[in-house]
Amino acid sequence: MGKLQGLLFALATVVLVVVSTAYFMKPWMPPLLSDRGDIDHAIWVALVLTGVVFILTNLLLAWFSWRYQDAEGARAIYWHDNPKLEWTWTLVTAAILFVILFNALGLWASINGPAPADAALVEVTGQQFAWNVRYPGKDGILGRTDFKLASQENLIGLDPADAAGKDDVLLLNQLYLPKDRAIRVRVRSMDVIHSFFLPQFRVKQDAMPGMVTEVWFTAKELTPPDKPLEIACAEHCGLGHYRMRGQVHVVAASELDAAVAAAAGQ
Amino acid sequence: MTARTLEQSPVHHQGADVPPAGPGAGDGGSGGGGGILADPARLGLWLFLGTITMLFIGFTSAYIARRASAGWGGELTPPPLLWVNTLLLLASSVTVEGARRRLRRWQPGVAAWLGATGALGLLFVAGQVAVWRSLVARGVLLAASAHNSFFYLLTGLHVVHLLGALVWFLVVLAKARRLRYTPGQDGLGLFATFWHFLGGLWVYLFLLLFVF
Amino acid sequence: MATHAAHAEHAHAPQAFIWKYVFSKDHKVIGIQYYVTAMLMALVAGLLAMLIRVQLAWPEKDYTWLGKIFPMGYDVGGGFGVMRPEFYAMLFTMHGTIMVFFVLSTAPVSGFGNLLIPLQVGARDMAFPFLNGLSYWTFLPGCLVILASFFVESGAAAGGWTSYPPLSALKGAVPGSGTGQTMWIIGMVFFIASFTMGGLNFVTTILNLRTKGLSMFRLPLTMWAMFLVAILGLLAFPALVAACIMLVFDRHYGTSFFIPAQIALNNVPLLTQAGTPLHQGGSPLLWQHLFWFLGHPEVYILMLPALGFTSDILSTFSRRPIFGYKSMVLAMCGIGFLSFIVWGHHMFVSGMSPYLGMAFAVGTILIAVPSAVKVFNWLATLYRSRIRFTTPMLWAMGVISLFISGGLSGVWLAQAGPDIHLHDTMFVAAHFHLIMAGAALFGVFGATAYWFPKMFGRLMSEPLGKVHFWFTFITYYGTFFPMHYIGIAGHMRRIYDPYQYEFLKPLQPINELITMSALILGASQIIFFVNFFWSAFKGKKAGENPWEANGLEWTTQSPPPHGNWPGEIPEVHRWPYEYSNPDAPRDHVMQHEPAGAAAGH
Ligand code: HEM
Ligand SMILES: [Cu+2]
Ligand SMILES: [Cu+2]
Repeated sequence: MGKLQGLLFALATVVLVVVSTAYFMKPWMPPLLSDRGDIDHAIWVALVLTGVVFILTNLLLAWFSWRYQDAEGARAIYWHDNPKLEWTWTLVTAAILFVILFNALGLWASINGPAPADAALVEVTGQQFAWNVRYPGKDGILGRTDFKLASQENLIGLDPADAAGKDDVLLLNQLYLPKDRAIRVRVRSMDVIHSFFLPQFRVKQDAMPGMVTEVWFTAKELTPPDKPLEIACAEHCGLGHYRMRGQVHVVAASELDAAVAAAAGQ
Repeated sequence: MTARTLEQSPVHHQGADVPPAGPGAGDGGSGGGGGILADPARLGLWLFLGTITMLFIGFTSAYIARRASAGWGGELTPPPLLWVNTLLLLASSVTVEGARRRLRRWQPGVAAWLGATGALGLLFVAGQVAVWRSLVARGVLLAASAHNSFFYLLTGLHVVHLLGALVWFLVVLAKARRLRYTPGQDGLGLFATFWHFLGGLWVYLFLLLFVF
Repeated sequence: MATHAAHAEHAHAPQAFIWKYVFSKDHKVIGIQYYVTAMLMALVAGLLAMLIRVQLAWPEKDYTWLGKIFPMGYDVGGGFGVMRPEFYAMLFTMHGTIMVFFVLSTAPVSGFGNLLIPLQVGARDMAFPFLNGLSYWTFLPGCLVILASFFVESGAAAGGWTSYPPLSALKGAVPGSGTGQTMWIIGMVFFIASFTMGGLNFVTTILNLRTKGLSMFRLPLTMWAMFLVAILGLLAFPALVAACIMLVFDRHYGTSFFIPAQIALNNVPLLTQAGTPLHQGGSPLLWQHLFWFLGHPEVYILMLPALGFTSDILSTFSRRPIFGYKSMVLAMCGIGFLSFIVWGHHMFVSGMSPYLGMAFAVGTILIAVPSAVKVFNWLATLYRSRIRFTTPMLWAMGVISLFISGGLSGVWLAQAGPDIHLHDTMFVAAHFHLIMAGAALFGVFGATAYWFPKMFGRLMSEPLGKVHFWFTFITYYGTFFPMHYIGIAGHMRRIYDPYQYEFLKPLQPINELITMSALILGASQIIFFVNFFWSAFKGKKAGENPWEANGLEWTTQSPPPHGNWPGEIPEVHRWPYEYSNPDAPRDHVMQHEPAGAAAGH
């Protein structure tokens, strides 16, 4: 009975290692369309490092459970500590983790660094359950908004008194990104917390009511006109959270204004 | 020999010749010897005070974070009655010490000093209610500004704790009157600690709300 | 003498049924009450999980039959039944809330903590038995309120177990934010009050009532875990109480702690009649900070007891002293301390300052070190051991396995960059179900099989236990491991119908696989309940020390009498891990055996 259990546990562990590793080898990440490849790289490094530890520790677990079965008359070793060994594995683990941490901090700093000066600007305002997309128009300035003005006709409360807002272009659930030109996205919310998620661009930013948060990135590939990608909401925002879906199009930078205008004209 | 019930500090029940914390604690390699580690009730009380402290630390951090943003208000100044209430509460800390001293030395007058403590505590609560009413009458409303909200919330919570302490006070008073405490023992110690804590907490809240 | 007095008092155990078994002050009875209540709550929360999983796999199917059982959750019309989206939100909210607080903070901590602390430290009862009884009777109403919330008019809370405002603060934001959310808050306050009473008892009992000779560094690791968990609870829960109180004020009295001015719900701005904003300047981030200040220590409140059980069980059945006892204690203390400074890793993309994000990433990476140390110590304990594969041992091995699998993905998420992509996806669901839910659940199952004799005087059935383990182990991995993959592919959490999204459509087969695995997982828990109740009445009589273990709890009858030891409380002479000492006559030397029975430690 005991023997069988140990064998089974070893077997199960080996199967777990083999199957899970095999599946991790598949390309699960959605195809990358932005300049945030460093995130993919960090994930890949994490996969390899933790994968090695996963395989090694599990193989030890399997080996021990198979090898060290209880047997009549035999005794286990009496070994209860070894400070040198313990310090070694503590410090080695800490060292590896600190290398990972160092890289992670660098990556985080670069993602949160200032956007290039020539970046395009767009505002995305989450609302139960849609994404309001606003481009600044020719003047490059987003007009003032005031939530008090919000209504069925004026979803984000655009202030008609502000001249800068006159040429703003509003789209619903349609986001156009310029290829190879950085874009700054001002993320806002009209009601509860949403999260602006572009899986293929490795972008996720919560939309907080009462706050403006900003992310920037650069799209690197065009999307075929008939096959846009998707904006998802990643933060539970109510009963329609699951269908708070938008479309993303990447167009040539020179065609951005035209594409936006065309979309608004429809 | 009284049976040892752990609900009360064993010190209240046993003569000085009895080891403080019953089975095991305090002897040979366990229990931490004397002091607070030999007295479960005292330790329990301090832990509880730690929990309450964390509660108000939570509010304090919220207070500090919230103060930086819109709708803070901050015009609210302490009504004069609040100073009176503060003095009442501080005085009650003095009277509870008086009762405690006399009990420890087995002198008469314990009940009178205790009574004064309870009365001062009740007066404080009544005073706080009066402060709220006068503020509301002046149009200082709970939801009008965040500072107001914190004022009502924190003072209210403090009064809730004080009411809890007053219930305990009734128990202590009844015990003192029925001579349930023994000479030489600090029978009121735990209650006094809690009472002082609430006094200190009040001073802290006063400073937080109006000075810092 | 005090000891005798205590003994004499305990000899007079209450006789009436109601005082003995219902309003008992005996820590063993209270522990069992907590445990059984928690397991019943687990049944409910597990059932909710099944409904979630069925919906995720086949949202397009006809659920008329489920609508008959749960009329509040399904729209049945024209011969076709579909789940209501808000019901889905209530399901995951209540599943998470019940599992985290009412099952896996309760069964291991309040259940086994109460059962084991006096037995393992050598005390007749907890320090404050009345408070202990009161804590259970505070917990139970909390459970009832939480369960009842499903039946109020707009349904249970639906803001997620994290209850982020404004969703949880504005009644119009989601149906569950009406009465349901109020009941959620009330239930939580009951729970926290009961947990605090328990915590006071745990710390004082462990510090004050240890028997003669039992120094802190001779405590079983389970006791260290309970000690730390109680301290974590006492220090962390107040933050959630503070947050809940402020939320109540925001919800009912119009204050603005968490609600900012700029809100237009359903295109209607929140304004007073005078046209001024209804709220001013509140911050939703403030709630998140307070919530996670509790929330992260809370996950260790779930896990630490399981890690303690695992160490104790592992040592007993591998017949080896636990390796690196001191470093195990230090690791748990380190984890406990660090758990207070990592909460922001749940908020990397919330709009919190990126500098804060950096600080929290550092703390989170740091906490991986003591966690790794624990795994290495366990592996070293198994090395050249003599393993007896009993049911408890299988569960302990399972905990190690899950702790490795779930811990490693933490290293991905701790890096704020990768977390941008992985945050709020099924990857996170995989991570926390493996490490927090899985380790804690397996720990409870292991502890149940191991300490069953001290609950009911009998042993659980080994064959049933093993079958239950294997079904659970395999399907647990089958359910949660594939969630890593779909999470990496971008599958969000808390999604009623993933296939609204083109990029998630190809993942449906994997979701179906997960659901089938989850259904088997759920069904196999029946084996456990059968085994539990059958063994409690009909199991093999256990005797004092069926596992040949060393702790003090094995020096008394099974189940222990009122007062725990019929005679004197034993005196302790060594640590509880004295196995296979070559100088000892037997392969184990119990804690209370006088020196000379063994040389060594
Ligand atoms: C019976 C086995 C279980 C199954 C099949 C299961 C399944 C699930 C599923 C499908 C979700 C929803 C994921 C999503 O889309 O957001 C979920 C969420 C969750 N589960 Fe479980 N679960 C199980 C056990 C547990 C346990 C033991 C815990 C204990 C801690 C737990 C804690 C949670 C939490 C905290 C959430 C998040 C709830 C929220 O999003 O607000 N689960 N679970
Ligand atoms: Cu949303
Ligand atoms: Cu955390």
